[in-house]
Amino acid sequence: MAAPMLRWGCRGRRWALAWVDGGSCHRRGAPTGSTSNRIRGQSSLAQQPLRTAQKPRKGEHKWAAVVGLEIHAQISSNSKLFSGSQVRFSAPPNSLVSFFDASLPGTLPVLNRRCVEAAVMTGLALNCHINKKSLFDRKHYFYADLPAGYQITQQRLPIAVNGSLTYGISAGKERGQVIPKTVRVKQIQLEQDSGKSLHDDLRSQTLVDLNRAGVGLLEVVLEPDLSCGEEAATAVRELQLILQALGTSQANMAEGQLRVDANVSVHHPGEPLGVRTEVKNLNSIRFLAKAIDYEIQRQISELENGGEILNETRSFHEKLGCTVSMRDKEAKQDYRFMPEPNLPPLLLYDATSLPTDADPQQVINIDQIREMLPELPSVTRERLVQQYGMLPEHSFTLLNEVGLLEFFQNVIKETRAEPKKVTSWVLNIFLGYLKQENLAVSESPVTPSALAELLDLLDSRTISSSAAKQAGVQWCDLSSLQPLPPGFKRSASQVFEELWKREGKTPGQIVSEKQLELMQDRGALEQFCYSVMKDHPQVVMDVKKGNPRAINKLIGLVRKATLNRADPAMIKEILEKQLSL
Amino acid sequence: MGSLLRVSAALKQGQITPTELCQKCLSLIKKTKFLNAYITVSEEVALKQAEESEKRYKNGQSLGDLDGIPIAVKDNFSTSGIETTCASNMLKGYVPPYNATVVQKLLDQGALLMGKTNLDEFAMGSGSTDGVFGPVKNPWSYSKQYREKRKQNPHSESGDSDWLITGGSSGGSAAAVSAFTCYAALGSDTGGSTRNPAAHCGLVGFKPSYGLVSRHGLIPLVNSMDVPGILTRCVDDAAMVLGVLAGHDPKDSTTVHDPINKPLVLSSLADVSKLCIGIPKEYLVPELSSEIQSLWSRAADLFESEGAKVIEVSLPHTSYSIVCYHVLCTSEVASNMARFDGLQYGHRCDIDVSTEAMYAATRREGFNDVVRGRILSGNFFLLKENYENYFVKAQKVRRLIANDFVNAFNSGVDVLLTPTTLSEAVPYLEFIKEDNRTRSAQDDIFTQAVNMAGLPAVSIPIALSNQGLPIGLQFIGRAFYDQQLLTVAKWFEKQVQFPVIQLQELMDDCSAILENEKLASVSLKQ
Repeated sequence: MAAPMLRWGCRGRRWALAWVDGGSCHRRGAPTGSTSNRIRGQSSLAQQPLRTAQKPRKGEHKWAAVVGLEIHAQISSNSKLFSGSQVRFSAPPNSLVSFFDASLPGTLPVLNRRCVEAAVMTGLALNCHINKKSLFDRKHYFYADLPAGYQITQQRLPIAVNGSLTYGISAGKERGQVIPKTVRVKQIQLEQDSGKSLHDDLRSQTLVDLNRAGVGLLEVVLEPDLSCGEEAATAVRELQLILQALGTSQANMAEGQLRVDANVSVHHPGEPLGVRTEVKNLNSIRFLAKAIDYEIQRQISELENGGEILNETRSFHEKLGCTVSMRDKEAKQDYRFMPEPNLPPLLLYDATSLPTDADPQQVINIDQIREMLPELPSVTRERLVQQYGMLPEHSFTLLNEVGLLEFFQNVIKETRAEPKKVTSWVLNIFLGYLKQENLAVSESPVTPSALAELLDLLDSRTISSSAAKQAGVQWCDLSSLQPLPPGFKRSASQVFEELWKREGKTPGQIVSEKQLELMQDRGALEQFCYSVMKDHPQVVMDVKKGNPRAINKLIGLVRKATLNRADPAMIKEILEKQLSL
Repeated sequence: MGSLLRVSAALKQGQITPTELCQKCLSLIKKTKFLNAYITVSEEVALKQAEESEKRYKNGQSLGDLDGIPIAVKDNFSTSGIETTCASNMLKGYVPPYNATVVQKLLDQGALLMGKTNLDEFAMGSGSTDGVFGPVKNPWSYSKQYREKRKQNPHSESGDSDWLITGGSSGGSAAAVSAFTCYAALGSDTGGSTRNPAAHCGLVGFKPSYGLVSRHGLIPLVNSMDVPGILTRCVDDAAMVLGVLAGHDPKDSTTVHDPINKPLVLSSLADVSKLCIGIPKEYLVPELSSEIQSLWSRAADLFESEGAKVIEVSLPHTSYSIVCYHVLCTSEVASNMARFDGLQYGHRCDIDVSTEAMYAATRREGFNDVVRGRILSGNFFLLKENYENYFVKAQKVRRLIANDFVNAFNSGVDVLLTPTTLSEAVPYLEFIKEDNRTRSAQDDIFTQAVNMAGLPAVSIPIALSNQGLPIGLQFIGRAFYDQQLLTVAKWFEKQVQFPVIQLQELMDDCSAILENEKLASVSLKQ
């Protein structure tokens, strides 16, 4: 499941930068800072006439964008919402289709308890009011992959309403600072997924796969409280983490387990909202942000050029980086909603309303589900900051990368090294290697135990600071975090590099094989220093003349002579002593 | 031949074997082919089932009262491996891969499935005249009782041209039971589709409480009103079949848990003095035939004379029932029919320029005018701009109608007594002078409100009209008081002693009739 996430993760360096300068969209209308321009410059947005909007001419009103999201999350369940068919991604076409899924006449829906529990759990995690009575409706439209001609959804009375989703935007000025923002959750409704249509233009055929037809979906409707692509993307990412923490959805966008439609409009603050467009086909968080920002700018320039915005559905074109009108959906659909007559109202109970004689198999107790809620990402982050003294921003990174938190915690468990050092190593070197090679945490050749052992070696100063100049890891570029203790990082990096080669050796083995141990023998080191000075009289002269940089040259030469196994501080001390400085 | 329970006793005593019984019914099906009661005759299946039943009887392992009993099933119940058409071009050739729960329950009890019976297309109608396989003829058209009366009438024409309709939409099932081709049949009842033909064919037609019997596998007309119905020759038979069918079905979420005791055996009511019978005054309408009106009042008198309390009650919203039904029915029809798009099963047109064009042509070819008309109306009522004004209002009226019944029962009434139909069965040529919609609106008048309220109701044949045709009266009970309702009906049945249809003449004549009629178009699949 990781590949697409990683692609995102790799390019996420840009994303990480966006974190740092997260304020860009909150200063709409003000001239944007250079960082912001750089971010935008990396996307194809640069070609769009967005500067005009970003820098309004004098006397002109500022534009504000209003973004609302409809998010469909496939429920992680063994069977479908209303039938016993299995739910499985990439099974052979039409191999997971019950009579009900194929809409054979006379078949009836039977509600899947697990899906209801997932909806309640998600509702609770999003601070929703759980409706003790909710209803199902039919939404009608003809489409080849919708065999019943209608979708069963919850239009009138959904299972959860009036919640909120808090996400964090990095605030730019102060390093590591994250500003919490909240978007209201209008409702969460249970509904059926449709099948998939595959269009074969060559033979002008449409092939239908009903494996997905009837899989349970949670439609999470966010109020239009968002104002830019980044906010939307960050909110969706947070929702994704919550769903994954709850286990209610795998929420993998690439596999279509999380699908987002965005409603976008622009207006002048204080004036009525503008006409909105719906942007579909957003199958990654990165594209979501791009599409929304593109659409905002498109609408602004359209309006500024005297045009008007049509209430239409637009599709995001990934290659062109722009949204295009979906003409076939232009005609306004009337979905002719109707109550689903084959499903009685869905009744939920809490501790006070639970009938005493109720069969536990037949009722769902909201309070019981509340007790089962796992730790949510926001709490996890707080705990990380409290427990390990890391910056809030680091806690976000740990959670945002799939599996990274678990990796981090496993390293912490096994090493004597300080948590700050672990944080630094995991977020800089380890994550840097992963991103460079486009790997998921789960695909890492370095195990948490190996990294823990390496950190222990560092901690006990077994590894020399100067032993591994050839490490060749460009970790410096990756490190926007705390600098590593000088002298220890390179040799450790070399060990790390060896670990990365998947040769199954432990850090201890590598250190002894490559003779990377710190030179503890002062006498031997003095000998090295002496030889170097003897061989480089000119440099010694320079030092004596008072050239402050010359000593560094000598240190470098000694380190080279010791194959980088000596501590530069110690070399400097010996040299200074021998030169009587 | 008599009742199901009597033939069941004969099977148990070995007086007749299941195979003999099956063959007897098969031969009657052939003899009465011209009635057009069956769309599909499942002769091979039935004979095989009979053979298995026979083995069980021989080994003393009979499954119960239904073992070896020939039954028929309306062709809108899914039957595994047997074509299920709903009398529509749309489903011609459609062979379901599963059995409706009610069918499975009957088969599990050892019943023999003789075939699938005719109906109005998708059960939309009240005459069993509007199916793609042609109209069903009422066996009473050929009864001694009717023919003799007709001879006395100098105006009546001789010959077969004035045969009578069965009523509908479960007319095929009614004709099948009435003509002795089976001992019980499943109908469906959405607005009276089981009770109406039962009344016209001199049968007991029972509509159970909504939620008592599974609808899984019943191809829906109106999900919120559809109920599998039971057609038998006497009340005890209906009760026995109900006992088999009733109960929660995990595949139908609208069925209730443990509603009645089983097996369902009706006690013989010794006296009715503790009963309160309600007579809804709104059911006395000008269109009601004077003959039925007088039978209705005689029935009330009968209860009163036997000590029951008989009171007039008011169901004030009755008159809104039909128009309300029209909105709710067509809306659900529009929705339920959306799945018939030609993609996965049933009819598909030859047009392949686009998916939309294929849908349109398929549905144009697959559905008759009645179905298409209802789909159009229903979609109109469900449009966003109309939903509140039509659908929501109709739902509110439905609630008022249901409350009328609740109020009547809360006032102490045990059972309501009403006519089932406005008149006895009319000749086909007379019937088709009005269109399907008009006819449905007229014919459902006494039966339809019951479906709105989900109540149990049963039509019991009371007497023959002056023309020698059966007339039924309807008893309506409280929701899930099906057993009480049938107990009262059983008492009444015993009092009125409705005559058995005399079809000997028909059986003798049928070969002649068969020759006269060109019924080649009627498929009788074997």
